[in-house]
Amino acid sequence: MSPALEATGLGVRFRRTWVLRDCSLSVPTGRVAALVGPNGAGKTTIMHTAVGLLRPALGSVRVAGEAAFVAQDKPLYDSFTVAEMLAFGRRMNTRWDDTAAAGRLAGLGIPLERKVGGLSGGQQAQVAVTLALACRPDLLVLDEPLANLDPLARHDVMRSIMAEVAGRELTVLLSSHVVSDLEETCDWLIVLNGGRLQVSGDIEELLDGHLVLTGPDGASAAGTQVVGASRTGRQVSMLVRGAPPLDPRWQARRPGLEELVMGYLRSPESAALPGLTGVGA
Amino acid sequence: MIEFNLDRGSGVSTYLQLVHQVRQALRLGTLRPGDQLPTAREVVESLAINPNTVLKAYRELEREGLVEGRPGMGTFVRQGIAGATLAEHTRLRRGLEAWVRDARVAGLDQEDLRALFNVVLADAAKEGVA
Repeated sequence: MSPALEATGLGVRFRRTWVLRDCSLSVPTGRVAALVGPNGAGKTTIMHTAVGLLRPALGSVRVAGEAAFVAQDKPLYDSFTVAEMLAFGRRMNTRWDDTAAAGRLAGLGIPLERKVGGLSGGQQAQVAVTLALACRPDLLVLDEPLANLDPLARHDVMRSIMAEVAGRELTVLLSSHVVSDLEETCDWLIVLNGGRLQVSGDIEELLDGHLVLTGPDGASAAGTQVVGASRTGRQVSMLVRGAPPLDPRWQARRPGLEELVMGYLRSPESAALPGLTGVGA
Repeated sequence: MIEFNLDRGSGVSTYLQLVHQVRQALRLGTLRPGDQLPTAREVVESLAINPNTVLKAYRELEREGLVEGRPGMGTFVRQGIAGATLAEHTRLRRGLEAWVRDARVAGLDQEDLRALFNVVLADAAKEGVA
């Protein structure tokens, strides 16, 4: 399938500092892609570049169709009513589905006459997502959409985004540094660390392709590619890529998404990218 | 109709949990031939999971011949699961109970029992017995 988002050799520089280096990735259409990494990894920069808010110094980024972007500080006016926010969106955008937006807000029980400043954090997030979806984007880009929301509101926001993905061909790129929020909702993983791309791929394939090994120090992990290892006394635990090792002293299991992400973030020199057969620098 | 629920800490992938729940409902007869499975959108709206996960689970069930997708209508149950009969269930259960008592006497605790059972089950699966 053709990619909804494609970046090639992307490099972004703020004055003399490179905040994004040699970043090539592609997200297939209809996927929900999680962009994770520590603060300052370049998540917001890559999003800004994708939606055209930032021009890369090197390389290029291409979106198939229209992109809509919701910044982290929800771009709403507190003194506007929800209805005025909708009217504002209608005037600012050429592609605008007012019926869908009004229907969506009614379904969420958000009153149109209420001032935005008087809504709960969860409702404000829902209004911001509704405004972005009203532009009928092909790619929805959300910067930390779940930040500062309570668990119930997080669940509600994700539910409505997932329903939108189920309803039509929409690709989503969302960033978070809370990996557990993304476990059930995303099917594509992009890990950024210090301005470099470490992982990009289908989540199920990534989890199937890695193992967590636990065993005694000295057990041979020959045949696998070690992403990262930690030692406690005589026990070694590591994240590896590839088939299980032959040494029977290892206990092997499939990693969770969080373990996979942490394993890579702790070993910035490792990478799992399409076209790369080896792990490590 | 079936209502899915997720055990988020189980370590079993979400799509497999959905597959298992449909199979279990077929075994218990809570889902019968002709019944409709919830649409991807319905599942997604209640569980906040990725719609592709639901589609993957339904594809797997379709591959097993248990359900069929009818374009524009939804996914329907084709056949139930013909498992062991009730009498056989009872007989096997008696055998398992005797084995558990035996293992208790030998000094195995709950966890030992579970580990042993899982190892035998996994070995049997490897040899193509189960």
